[in-house]
Amino acid sequence: MAVAEQERTVRGIGHSLRRHEDDRFIRGKGTYVDDIVLPGMLHMAILRSPLAHARIVSIDTSKAQAAEGVVAVITGADLAAHNLAWMPTLSGDTQAVFATDKVRFQGQEVAAVVAEDPYLARDALQLIDVEYDPLPALVDPHKALEPDAVLIRDDKEGQTDNRCYHWEAGDPRATDEAFARADVVVTLDTHYPRCHPSPMETCGIVADVNQATGQATLHMTSQAPHAHRTLFAMVAGLPEQNIRIKTPDIGGGFGNKVPIYPGYVAATAASLLLGRPVKWIEDRSENLISTGFARDFHMHGELALTRDGEMLGLRVRLVSDNGAFYADAQPSKCRAGLFHIVTGSYALPAAHVVADGAYTNKAPGGVAYRCSFRVTEASFLIERLVHNAAIELGLDPAELRRRNFIRPEQFPYTSATGFVYDSGNYEAALDLALQQVGYDDLREEQRRARAEGRLLGIGIASFTEVVGAGNHKDYDIAGIKMFDSAELRVHPTGKAILKIGVQTQGQGHETTFAQIVASELGIPPEDVLVQYGDTDNVPYGLGTYASRSTPTAGAATAVISRKLRDKARQIAAHLLEVSEEDLEWDTGRFSVKGAPDRAVTIQDVALAAYTNMPEGLEAGLEGVHYYDPPNMTFPFGTYVVVVEVDPGTGDWKVLRVVAVDDCGVRINPMIVEGQIHGGLAEGFGIAKMELITFDEDGNCIGSNFTDYLLPTSWETPNFECFATVTPSPHHPLGAKGVGESATVGSPAAYVNAVIDALGHLGVRNIDMPVTSAKVWEAIQQASR
Amino acid sequence: MYPARFDYVAPRSLEDAVEALAGGGDDAKVLAGGQSLIPLMKLRFAEPSLLVDINRIPGLDGIAEDGGRLRIGALVRHNDVVGSRLVADRLPVMAAAAPLISDPLVRNLGTVCGSLCHADPAGDWGSVMLALGAEVVARSPSGERTIPVSELLVDTFTTSLAPDEIVTEVRVPLPQRRSGGHYLKLERKVGDFATVGVAVQLELDDGRIGRAGIALTAVGPRNVTATEAERVLAGAEPGPDAFAEAGRLAADAAEPVDDVRGSARYKRAVVQTFVERALTRAHEIAGGSR
Repeated sequence: MAVAEQERTVRGIGHSLRRHEDDRFIRGKGTYVDDIVLPGMLHMAILRSPLAHARIVSIDTSKAQAAEGVVAVITGADLAAHNLAWMPTLSGDTQAVFATDKVRFQGQEVAAVVAEDPYLARDALQLIDVEYDPLPALVDPHKALEPDAVLIRDDKEGQTDNRCYHWEAGDPRATDEAFARADVVVTLDTHYPRCHPSPMETCGIVADVNQATGQATLHMTSQAPHAHRTLFAMVAGLPEQNIRIKTPDIGGGFGNKVPIYPGYVAATAASLLLGRPVKWIEDRSENLISTGFARDFHMHGELALTRDGEMLGLRVRLVSDNGAFYADAQPSKCRAGLFHIVTGSYALPAAHVVADGAYTNKAPGGVAYRCSFRVTEASFLIERLVHNAAIELGLDPAELRRRNFIRPEQFPYTSATGFVYDSGNYEAALDLALQQVGYDDLREEQRRARAEGRLLGIGIASFTEVVGAGNHKDYDIAGIKMFDSAELRVHPTGKAILKIGVQTQGQGHETTFAQIVASELGIPPEDVLVQYGDTDNVPYGLGTYASRSTPTAGAATAVISRKLRDKARQIAAHLLEVSEEDLEWDTGRFSVKGAPDRAVTIQDVALAAYTNMPEGLEAGLEGVHYYDPPNMTFPFGTYVVVVEVDPGTGDWKVLRVVAVDDCGVRINPMIVEGQIHGGLAEGFGIAKMELITFDEDGNCIGSNFTDYLLPTSWETPNFECFATVTPSPHHPLGAKGVGESATVGSPAAYVNAVIDALGHLGVRNIDMPVTSAKVWEAIQQASR
Repeated sequence: MYPARFDYVAPRSLEDAVEALAGGGDDAKVLAGGQSLIPLMKLRFAEPSLLVDINRIPGLDGIAEDGGRLRIGALVRHNDVVGSRLVADRLPVMAAAAPLISDPLVRNLGTVCGSLCHADPAGDWGSVMLALGAEVVARSPSGERTIPVSELLVDTFTTSLAPDEIVTEVRVPLPQRRSGGHYLKLERKVGDFATVGVAVQLELDDGRIGRAGIALTAVGPRNVTATEAERVLAGAEPGPDAFAEAGRLAADAAEPVDDVRGSARYKRAVVQTFVERALTRAHEIAGGSR
């Protein structure tokens, strides 16, 4: 059998295999946390603060305690008695589980009712009487950082202001020198608004603690079950071997299910104290007002250029609005995530980033919503700056990018902020995008349209991402190094189970990871069962977020498959009575060199591994590998968006979206394209409509889906997707992460398109969400 | 999202429904499509003591022509209007508005009459019915009465209905002359409440404008009739000048407020743009440009 033929039969890497997991989802046979019902299970509901900042004077739970069906009412004082009133965050801060001293954001957890059914639990919530003494609410992070601002975190010893971090990257002196040489400095002040991952399934847990054995089984919505197990052990003081975290099907995460939330801790404590399983499922509003938000970066960028468009330096000052607790999910050394990728796709010789975080009276979180730790904000800023620079210099924005791209021969490229880019060919992706969109004709059409009073705009974003953390030296979360794992067990009949340390929330792991095994070991994907998300069953891993599954656990899967293939080769040599060097490997088959008919399949070898092993060789065909990536991967691409703006209403419609993505080798091209579609839709939503905002008293506006707008299939534009392939040189498969590229790269393309439509009127910036009202106001101001 | 406790009845006749509602006191509510009421209950913003579900009452789900009017029963869904040949042929303003109501899920269940009774100033049907000069029929234990929509809509979420009255149908006068109508809506996304909506109805009379109806959505405490704009159009020669003037007057009639959807100034400007555009389109539909 020819190699190509054999590979087609196993349908491994490069095949658009239909998603194995969709069968159960489409039939409604998935199991989500709320589908889990245990005997004797109780229901918990959480009372939340109506005020953004207030001292708690008293909490009277007596009426609720006496209400029908109520088993327990839990307050912060009750938790404090077990040393559980506070918990650590992923950024090394502390967060109140239930408020004991004061509430610090609207929606903060204050108390809980545990009752026989969820209706009765919520009825009883209305009977808890909390007396608050209101304090002034701080909703503007700049005001929060002023010296006389009221102190939000008076619980923290030594905390005298509302600054939660100060962080710098790059070289200030080299940057100052670059600016001194510049002909032109283009500046942009922009707010990347607070938005929310909004997974379809909200967060929840069924906590089942056996009082007799001390065994705690926690069925929960987690993107990182092992990390959560370790943190639970630290928070609750439970022995880690007694904690089992099981993630059933997860209905989307997008970063929202990386942190540990008070509800998880409270439900576990309730189950421990009551000796019965306790379910807590937050509702949509609770998810929006209290769980991990994203972005909320106030950015000031300065780009220094020569008159002919050579980029010399980049300066960024930013203030992040972190809410009441610094609970960003990010590597511990990176106080503003990986924002320092802000030099993007450009050979920028000098850059300096200064970031300050502010505590405010808003929900904590700062999660990487479909983003590798603040890469989204960075990509947005540089791509918006480049567009505005093109306007100022009178250059075509595509041409300005082309002149400054890091060239293919410069890789591996060390950026001014210290990243080592693994590989790239930015111009090829740009060229393909321009060709597919018909760029030159579009520019001509734009000129004609303007003459008729129509406003057409073309926006480009040539983004670069950094995904797939670790390596272990530079990246850890709460001290746990960012490796990941895969354990492969090939059974005697040639079927296999692959156990991975990462956690699918819809990414298609059950399909793509099986395809990796198929390509590497020749076992067809339908014969490979992929397991994850049960900490008693799968090897330790850091979970799925920041596009890290393929770069880390995908690599681990390739490596362990290769290790088993090496062992299989020994067994095959034994079976064929030749030396290992005399064997040739076609996917799934060892044959004798020069005698191709003398062959054994991987299935033959698997059987022999348990029935007929060679003398001195350990039985079985199993193994585990922990993969420590040598570097992160740097996927990139160019998105081109064409819009038309209605001058009468400011409304804008997307006419075209052309997306060229380069994520190296694509394991399942259909799934990759699906990821890109999802990201382009989310990018559109962020650019046009998604916003959580607050009034001056700290009341959250955006607490349900009539206020927090998500795009549906009705308004989401059509996407035209294309690929270039520049393999990662250090990844065993040449693959890079891709799940987040489109969310990261596309918002700037949409916004650039609107600005491009209005650029000739003098409009230079409209902050997201670019609502029709803001566009209309910008046109009015420009026309004055 | 768990509502508070409530009682529920599903009577089989209008008489029983009226009786149940009257017996339920001020906290009883009629349930038709439930597309506004149920979300409010799930948020516990509304905690009615009794729901009178009228969905099992026969004879309320028809759209029919009857003596120069269109009768739309209390159980006619938005989507029934989308699919109605009669509406498409005779009342293009309704045909234009129906597919813009919220999203497909809401249109499948929500009702025209229920939307009117909810009296949300961002409701689309309020403006359409004001532009058309429609009226509703209300039944109570003391009998039946008709109420012009202009008198039904009193204030935000407030109608002139008594607590024991059930709206059984809306009656729309069918235009006799050459006529056209149009509805334009600006929304942030499908399913969002309108930022601005404009309903216009134009009836031509021997080359000039006869009756004109213009009403505005989401720019006041209730759906707003642009009375001055209607007045200047009546008897005027149709065309860009008249339509532009009507747009300016309609913008003056709007009472918008600043909110997340935009400034009052912006909303007025959209009213002006939309009235002008909608009148132009209505005029085309009426055959006026031929």
